[in-house]
Amino acid sequence: MRILKALIAVVALVVVALVVAQVPGGQSLIGIVLPYLAFAIFLGGFIYKVVGWAASPVPFRIPTTCGQANSLSWVKQDKLDCPSTKLQVIGRMLLEVFLFRSLFRNTNAEIHDGPKLVYGSSKWLWLFGLMFHYSFLVIILRHMRLFTDPIAPFVHNLEFFDGIMQVGAPVMYQTNVVFILALGFLLLRRLALPYLRYISLPADYFPLLLILGIGISGIIMRYFLPVDVISIKQLTVGLATFSPKLEGQIGTIFFVHVFLVCSLMIYFPFSKLMHLGGVFMSPTRNMANNSRMVRHVNPWNDPTIKPHSYAGYEDEFREFMVEAGLPVEKELPAEAGAEQESKTAE
Amino acid sequence: MYGTGRIIPALAIFLGFMTFAVWYNAGQAQQPPKPEKPKDYKECVAPTEYMRTSHMVLLNEWRDDILRNGGPRTGVTANGTSYTRSLQNGCMNCHNDKKKFCDTCHTYAAVKPYCWDCHLEPMKEAM
Repeated sequence: MRILKALIAVVALVVVALVVAQVPGGQSLIGIVLPYLAFAIFLGGFIYKVVGWAASPVPFRIPTTCGQANSLSWVKQDKLDCPSTKLQVIGRMLLEVFLFRSLFRNTNAEIHDGPKLVYGSSKWLWLFGLMFHYSFLVIILRHMRLFTDPIAPFVHNLEFFDGIMQVGAPVMYQTNVVFILALGFLLLRRLALPYLRYISLPADYFPLLLILGIGISGIIMRYFLPVDVISIKQLTVGLATFSPKLEGQIGTIFFVHVFLVCSLMIYFPFSKLMHLGGVFMSPTRNMANNSRMVRHVNPWNDPTIKPHSYAGYEDEFREFMVEAGLPVEKELPAEAGAEQESKTAE
Repeated sequence: MYGTGRIIPALAIFLGFMTFAVWYNAGQAQQPPKPEKPKDYKECVAPTEYMRTSHMVLLNEWRDDILRNGGPRTGVTANGTSYTRSLQNGCMNCHNDKKKFCDTCHTYAAVKPYCWDCHLEPMKEAM
């Protein structure tokens, strides 16, 4: 099964981390060398991908039109689903990026007895996708408590609201619970629905399992195999200030967590996860549907080839066309003059 | 490359967000915590390594055991010294300065324990 390949890959990463963390020098390899390397690959790969996309010409206006296009004044335009101005495109993009509007519009087709085809709204993917992305964002921002010294002010607010239920010690973060639940749903969705299982590849399972591994190792580190946060923060702040030091006893689970995060950063630019940059670069989303108002010139057109209109074509071949008996819009000059005379005579 | 006017600023903003910690820390003096240990006592209720990582778990266990299960108020260390299982009357008996002990690491790691919603920190004047 294709999920097994992905599962084996993630388990192998965990095993590698467990082994390397025991080898002398292995901890500084995972704790210092690898984070810098992974972060450089992440940023470099991200820019490489975006520049590559930006270098590809888009020959036509190809926005997905999901509603009534701009037409006659008495036909109501669907401004968000078929935007025709820059402002409408910005509105569409904001809703897409922040609220995943295209997933919200997801429908489900079912065949019932009869046979009857029934379309229904299907919001589960949207809901759990949104929950997953926002809790991941909060978790990443919360991690800034380990990378900033003195601590960035927004971290205190996040810490307060995320642990507001004051369950246990250290307090439970709600985003952790939502994160694991949402990831679990997204994984089960691929496994439980036959048509999704059919189209799911190892490249679909691997990021889910890897991120699940990161979440689980983080939760284990916080609640079950506690680690010395002060030593860790000295290392992580050291990474951010380019003077990393590995001091004190840090539990092995920390190195597993860091190793998986670094794997994710390295994997990121070369995988489907690049939708982080891709959503902004999608011509089907970020273009205005204004091809009836503005002339768009294909950017790869050869500038030395001049446009050749029908009028110009007829000018070039009129004699031959008349000779062959083909209809022409403008008759041959001599004949045209004769015809004019006959018209005025009438 | 097409759309350079939009894509290059967008990439610059992206890099700015990603390297937030680097430029936020630049020029800031680092403040690694130096908790002040009590001078008169050499031994804590559990080994230092355990206390460093899990003191909050221990405090929660004490609370649950004493308040909910009627457990004993006194405990005995590995060396046989007896102590009071209490934050105010136990821990703070030796670690008597919250600001110089608890707060140093908690501030450094952005931890705000809710112990002090109910408990009082010992006051210097009263001692």
